[in-house]
Amino acid sequence: MINFYEVNETNKMIEKENLDVRTITLGISLLDCIDSDLETLRNNIYTKIKETAKDLVATGEEIEKEFGIPIVNKRISVTPIALIGGAACKSPEDFAKIAETLDTVAKEVGVNFLGGYSALVAKGMTKADEMLIKSIPLALSKTERVCSSINLGSTKTGINMDAVKLMGEIVKETAEYTKDNGSMGCAKLVVFCNAPDDNPFMAGAFHGVTEADKIINVGVSGPGVVKTALEKVRGENFEVLCETIKKTAFKVTRVGQLVAKEASRMLGIPFGIIDLSLAPTPAIGDSVADILKEIGVEHPGAPGTTAALALLNDQVKKGGVMASSYVGGLSGAFIPVSEDQGMIDAVNAGALTLDKLEAMTCVCSVGLDMIAIPGDTKPSTISGIIADEMAIGMVNQKTTAVRIIPVIGKGVGETVEFGGLLGYAPVMPVNRFACDNFVNRGGRIPAPIHSFKN
Amino acid sequence: MKRAIITVLGKDTVGIIARVCTYLAEHEVNILDISQTIVQNYFNMMMIVDMGKSTAAFDTVVDELAALGEDIGVMIRCQREDIFDMMHRI
Repeated sequence: MINFYEVNETNKMIEKENLDVRTITLGISLLDCIDSDLETLRNNIYTKIKETAKDLVATGEEIEKEFGIPIVNKRISVTPIALIGGAACKSPEDFAKIAETLDTVAKEVGVNFLGGYSALVAKGMTKADEMLIKSIPLALSKTERVCSSINLGSTKTGINMDAVKLMGEIVKETAEYTKDNGSMGCAKLVVFCNAPDDNPFMAGAFHGVTEADKIINVGVSGPGVVKTALEKVRGENFEVLCETIKKTAFKVTRVGQLVAKEASRMLGIPFGIIDLSLAPTPAIGDSVADILKEIGVEHPGAPGTTAALALLNDQVKKGGVMASSYVGGLSGAFIPVSEDQGMIDAVNAGALTLDKLEAMTCVCSVGLDMIAIPGDTKPSTISGIIADEMAIGMVNQKTTAVRIIPVIGKGVGETVEFGGLLGYAPVMPVNRFACDNFVNRGGRIPAPIHSFKN
Repeated sequence: MKRAIITVLGKDTVGIIARVCTYLAEHEVNILDISQTIVQNYFNMMMIVDMGKSTAAFDTVVDELAALGEDIGVMIRCQREDIFDMMHRI
């Protein structure tokens, strides 16, 4: 029987260490909504999402109450819209109208984000893909809750450099379109290499075409719990350190598994995966950077940071995999700058640079995340940063991403405020040397060799 | 059987158990186990209860116990046992 100590431990994690379920994300296939008439298509999309997700928020709140665990976000992911709108949309403006429909229905069902304004162009772009990409600045400036993601490369196909070049321009243009709002549009836009089909986290969530009609995916979190557990083993060796992370990740993930199964049962929608990620928030004590500090680096960015992050990421997976029946999504430690007070402090202290962040992305999930850069950064430079990150993902057979915000009107040393879970970020310097001749070549980078690994 | 864990935490005073138990009895919630300690004047109690025959919905019991706690000056939580089982049992 459950004892006093165990009950208190769980409740302390929830109350004092910010243990929560970060998101229940309902994946909805829109393939059966396709129509060649734009109005009919928008109507179909509206009806399907509204009908499928009508009980999502209420169910989430009921689970919160019964188990006494906060579920921070209830979200929706949909089939990449480039596939859905291809037959109906004749211009980027047509695609933006679909974004407006998504925004309307997201607000009506009460979710805070809806992901899937996406295109998968790892090898090539269709006309629809290109139109969707070109509509992103307009779509993200006209909507509040829609998130956009573009898959630009994969280990199997290589990197679509035409799309990388285009996305550098689109990121910049999105920043311009939303410049009155801290270039906020870019916080809802992410590019991927090896994007997973079942990621529940925003801005990169979409419902892949390999998925069922509807699915529940859950993202757990708990950097504060890991940090507190590590405080108790200060000075111990790596074996003790790793065991502690593993055990803690197990406990955190079990809660996610329980919530996912319960949500699945109550909504009558199959359970997909648990995403084992350590996702920080700007709240004090909910920081991945603080874990790295507890492991032993003065600030993230100090020598040793990449190794510390590598072991953290690996132990979280090892502990989490056993705790859940299905694991997927991004699963690892997130290292966003603006959403993590410890990372912001490290940037302000001069410990953490864009180059070191790039190195860190080689060993953890995702990539350059929520990083503010000067507003006058050239589109080709943004494309160069994207290409580097895509290459890391392609060669290392892992997901990498770039969510970078050129803050129009701001320069190095200034700060941009996004609010809420997105936090605030100091504008970081970017390498000032050009890469235009590289980006402008056009075409694709071929897929890497899958043998002779070194 | 629908088991839940009720925890009460706060400054010790007369009649905490009596008032919680009265509420549970009024709503047909059966107490299976009680353990309780006082640590540095702080009252710490855990109950395992069966809510299978409860006359009130789970979320109502959660809210009303929390309100009762506020009235007494302690914190009362009521959570389904599953969350503790999942976390601490393989």
